[in-house]
Amino acid sequence: MADEASGDLRLVRLTKRFGDMAAVDDLSLTIPQGSFFALLGPSGCGKTTTLRMVAGLEQPTEGAIFLGESDITTAKPYRRPVNTVFQSYALFPHLDIFENVAFGLRRRGIKGVDEQVAAMLELVELTGYEKRKPNQLSGGQQQRVAVARALINHPSLLLLDEPLGALDLKLRRQMQLELKRIQTEVGITFVHVTHDQEEAMTMADTVAVMNEGRIEQMGSPVELYENPMTTFVANFLGQSNLVDATVVERGSEHVVADANGHRLAVPLERMHAAGNEMHVGVRPEKVTLTYAADEQTVPAGHNRLPAVIEDASFLGVSTEYTVRLPWGASFGVFAQNLHRDPRLVPAADVLVHWAPEHTFALDASEPLDAGVVPDAQLGTALR
Amino acid sequence: MSALAHVPPPGTGAGPRPAPAARARGRWVPYLLLAPGLVWLALFFILPTITLFSTSLQTGSLAAGYEQTFEFSNYTSAWSEYWPQLVRSFGYAGIATVAALAIAYPLAYTIAFKAGKYRNVMLVLVIAPFYTSFLLRTLAWKTILADNGIIVETMERLGILQVLSYVGLTADDRVLATPLAVITGLTYNFLPFMTLPLYASLERLDPRLVEAAGDLYASPITAFRKVTFPLSLPGVVAGTLLTFIPAAGDYINAQLLGSLPATAMIGNVIDALFLRVLDYPRAAALSVTLMVVIVVMVATYVRRAGTEELV
Repeated sequence: MADEASGDLRLVRLTKRFGDMAAVDDLSLTIPQGSFFALLGPSGCGKTTTLRMVAGLEQPTEGAIFLGESDITTAKPYRRPVNTVFQSYALFPHLDIFENVAFGLRRRGIKGVDEQVAAMLELVELTGYEKRKPNQLSGGQQQRVAVARALINHPSLLLLDEPLGALDLKLRRQMQLELKRIQTEVGITFVHVTHDQEEAMTMADTVAVMNEGRIEQMGSPVELYENPMTTFVANFLGQSNLVDATVVERGSEHVVADANGHRLAVPLERMHAAGNEMHVGVRPEKVTLTYAADEQTVPAGHNRLPAVIEDASFLGVSTEYTVRLPWGASFGVFAQNLHRDPRLVPAADVLVHWAPEHTFALDASEPLDAGVVPDAQLGTALR
Repeated sequence: MSALAHVPPPGTGAGPRPAPAARARGRWVPYLLLAPGLVWLALFFILPTITLFSTSLQTGSLAAGYEQTFEFSNYTSAWSEYWPQLVRSFGYAGIATVAALAIAYPLAYTIAFKAGKYRNVMLVLVIAPFYTSFLLRTLAWKTILADNGIIVETMERLGILQVLSYVGLTADDRVLATPLAVITGLTYNFLPFMTLPLYASLERLDPRLVEAAGDLYASPITAFRKVTFPLSLPGVVAGTLLTFIPAAGDYINAQLLGSLPATAMIGNVIDALFLRVLDYPRAAALSVTLMVVIVVMVATYVRRAGTEELV
């Protein structure tokens, strides 16, 4: 079946409406064969609906889905060379592990079930568990059975719907590496849906950030992180410091913006704002803190803002500072613990500064806090 | 059991140990909680069963009094005289159970998966007949299946009646007073007992399992055969037992809708022997027989269905 339709997965102007609400809104995208692709977004952004349309479990309202040359938009799920690893695994509780993994092969009447199941269980390191029932396995083992059950069919496309959501942090890390290893080994296109940015960045070659049924930005994890193009992406993927600013000067290499009387330079290729009003941003680890009296040590040409330290938390490898800008906005700084300045304590007057090439500018049409994940770090650590 | 577990083992208690009297009382709590149920069972199940069994081995008459003589021939003579009714009971009950399953499964499936907001309304409708008496509901079928009624006329016109008559379920262009009427009554009366356990097991079924089967190349029919149906087996087993057992012992349907003695079931025989012939020992022997046969059949069935771990 894998030979009938293989190649790139193309979604063409895909739309899915539930009543008046567009869960997926005019989505077009191409996923190259053999890549590990992640659809990342908050819950309700339409990523799962997109996945279900590719699997055939949901019919698109408009648009088409192509796998290679063949149009699979209306094909029944059981006729698509696509397999899914479901969010809660959906293992068949009445069948043992062997029969769970063999299910797809048996439905298609393929010979050599025993050898193939044995090989697949070896790949996911579950040899010896053939006769167990799913409820006798741990969460991580069930997850691997779910992967084996899908992969044994050699689909052109493997869909993963939040596959690690039910696992604890340590097991997730382990399974992330495991999935990446398997994907490299079998070379099948993986489309992975998740709301966990860390998970998406660790595993995927290409990440598409989805919001309200549309793709905000698509690219490699490094590209998305270093050069976000929308406020949503800047906030959803990692943390960003964003300041309102107005363009005052357009040079050949840089644009200079004014933020409450402070001049900030942004390289032209990192300008993503249409008008003069924009959010100027920088990632917290790119920023350096300098004691106010040492202003002369700040490299020339750096963007700089005066601030007061509000909070400093020592994390061992680094220190996280929260500083307050003169107009009340807060600003985060991650500093590596190379040489700690003992004067950098709460209430100290400081300068925050960073190189212009780390600066990006976003359109001001979105609010400053679009895409902010409440308790971003806490969220992943506790889940 | 949990009450016992709360008693710390001697010598390891870190906190203050309860006084010995309190511990002794704690040990009795589970038995106290069990007591009402045990007393009920002893008085109204075990004792009557023993009495029934002992009556089945007595000789005598109501006028002269009964005597415990361990007369095992009560059984053989009852069997040789009433085996047709015994076989008929299991036959009717079996057909009624299969018919009820055939009607209830699609119904329960619809309520569980397709009814949407009408789910509760449909469930109430399934239970609604219980608001009228068993007797009235059965009598209503006399009208429904009346000789010149629309159902019988339609069946006759379509040739169904002739076919049923050929296999012996009906006779003389009638439905009333035939085996078909009795089986119909049994099916109708025990349908809710089949529907509700089926619904309960289907409702619990995770629809994602069916999606997963479809994702793994199972057509809707195969997905039903390999996933939905096996997972609903506990409901099928519970439903068939709840239908078959009371149907096999029923005598109202055979009496009101059938024609005695032609459609007499074992319940009718026991009824007659106890209340009219006053032959208590043989009535008791037949009751014990019915009980034992049902227990053996149920045990075999449950084992064959292989649902011990699913129930």
